[in-house]
Amino acid sequence: MTTRTLVSPATLARPRGRAVYWSVFTGTVLLFTLAFLFPVYWMATGAMKSPDEVARTPPTVVPEQWHLSGYTDAWDLMQLPAHLWNTVVQAAGAWVFQLVFCTAAAYALSRLRPVFGKVVLGGILATLMVPAQALVVPKYLTVSDLGLLNDPLAIWLPAVANAFNLYLLKRFFDQLPRDVLEAAEIDGAGKLRTLWSIVLPMSRPVLGVVSIFALVAVWQDFLWPLMVFSDTDKQPISVALVQLSQNIPLTVLIASMVIASIPMVAMFLVFQRHIIAGIGAGSSKG
Amino acid sequence: MTRTAQRRTVEKVAVRPMQAPPPAGDRRRRRLTDQLRAYGFLLGGLVCFALFSWYPAIRAVVIAFQKYTPGSDPEWVGTANFTRVFADPEFAAAWRNTLTFTLLALLIGFAIPFVLALVLNELRHAKAFFRVVVYLPVMIPPVVSALLWKWFYDPGTGLANETLRFLHLPTSNWSNGADTALISLVIVATWANMGGTVLIYLAALQSIPGELYEAAELDGANLLQRIRHVTIPQTRFVILMLMLLQIIATMQAFTEPFVITGGGPENATVTVLYLIYKYAFLYNDFGGACALSVLLLALLGAFSAVYLRLTRTEGEGA
Repeated sequence: MTTRTLVSPATLARPRGRAVYWSVFTGTVLLFTLAFLFPVYWMATGAMKSPDEVARTPPTVVPEQWHLSGYTDAWDLMQLPAHLWNTVVQAAGAWVFQLVFCTAAAYALSRLRPVFGKVVLGGILATLMVPAQALVVPKYLTVSDLGLLNDPLAIWLPAVANAFNLYLLKRFFDQLPRDVLEAAEIDGAGKLRTLWSIVLPMSRPVLGVVSIFALVAVWQDFLWPLMVFSDTDKQPISVALVQLSQNIPLTVLIASMVIASIPMVAMFLVFQRHIIAGIGAGSSKG
Repeated sequence: MTRTAQRRTVEKVAVRPMQAPPPAGDRRRRRLTDQLRAYGFLLGGLVCFALFSWYPAIRAVVIAFQKYTPGSDPEWVGTANFTRVFADPEFAAAWRNTLTFTLLALLIGFAIPFVLALVLNELRHAKAFFRVVVYLPVMIPPVVSALLWKWFYDPGTGLANETLRFLHLPTSNWSNGADTALISLVIVATWANMGGTVLIYLAALQSIPGELYEAAELDGANLLQRIRHVTIPQTRFVILMLMLLQIIATMQAFTEPFVITGGGPENATVTVLYLIYKYAFLYNDFGGACALSVLLLALLGAFSAVYLRLTRTEGEGA
């Protein structure tokens, strides 16, 4: 069914091969469960133990009593709804800004032949050489000069300056068949109309990839929001968790960690096929 | 997806009658409006790149030579920021830690995903399970992973020591010991990020033609020899790229040391980026922070340049 790999099908078909295969298989399943699923289980159930059980040695694998109070306390005491909402606003805004401005710019660079287009593209690609984190301090000063501290625009606007996503879009637009775009033009569609009704519908796969990258990036970021949101009420959940982690009961902290993880994990489980396929495909193309 | 799109296109275009190009007189006027329109589309992106990528890059270099405190006028100080930063005992520690962290992450965070991908590629059942599970930690916010492991590393009641006790092994100080803190952080980073690496390897392994293994086997190559002479050479390029990417990423480590150890114990986990953060937000010394940023930038820029050059040449060759 599949192409041949390191071990030949003939070797696997022999009784010894089969025994080795099944033991390696079982071992890998166990290892993966212990290494990757168990910590997640430990976190989700740890939040449901009583404060006294969670600190006990030896620990209990299954909570003796299931308390939901960890989760409800986290929700109420830690102002999780507010911080989650901040994160949603920041991520959604970054996503919209990136889609609108990066798509428009990529379309211009790919299809509209601006003079100095190559120079602009070169300047954009050059930023790929500059690791983002190494520039956070001067970027912070710029945001501060613009008066954008504690403003979601401090997340949204820098998110647009994402050379990787822009280049991904441009490369995709480059591949679109020229005939279709010319046909649209002959039919009298303007550039914006062509982008909106022809290019974007054909670009659904790449738009999906860019959307996922954009959302995940904002949701997972820590250093940048830590710098620009000194105002506790404006902080996204990642920053709030660390700031509050010192003075709250362990079970409440763990419950907050679980709640903070749910949106991205849920998105992953829903779109796993696309996300996983995207990682594989993106890399082999180089 | 493009294949079907293309086919549809061909049909559409085929039924459309050919039209003459616009008369030559219109062209000049149209060229200007075309340009304006093109730059209209580019505007938003250009402004953002200018403000948040190009300008900060230049500004980092400028401020590195200034005494800069927000609110007061910057003052040129030559290389004073660099000499002050160099003289800071934390400077050497931060670089040593960052380089050790990167090296360990390369050894641990590189060998393990490679072996896992090799094994996964041979397994014929439950493929979806493995892929989803290995990628799950990547989707957990890094702050949560860090807090989770901080809890595991707790010397008293943490899971890490509980497991060791259960196995009758000596316990460790983990992130609380000066000599074990760094490796504890590498374990967290590896756990949290390995999913992506494994999936990329898997894709690379699947592109190896089966005939190569067959031929090697006919020549009498055993399992290890097949890995050595077929798998590794065939995935050489991906290995190299992922190595460079990992070096670039781990040299910017911040979340794990900030959340788990706070740079301690005894500065054992202060990384360069953490030191930059301290200079800016604890010491309010933006000149020093930018001097450090420029140093980090120069080093990582070199790695990035190699990485980009490699991807570009390979992309064109293929």
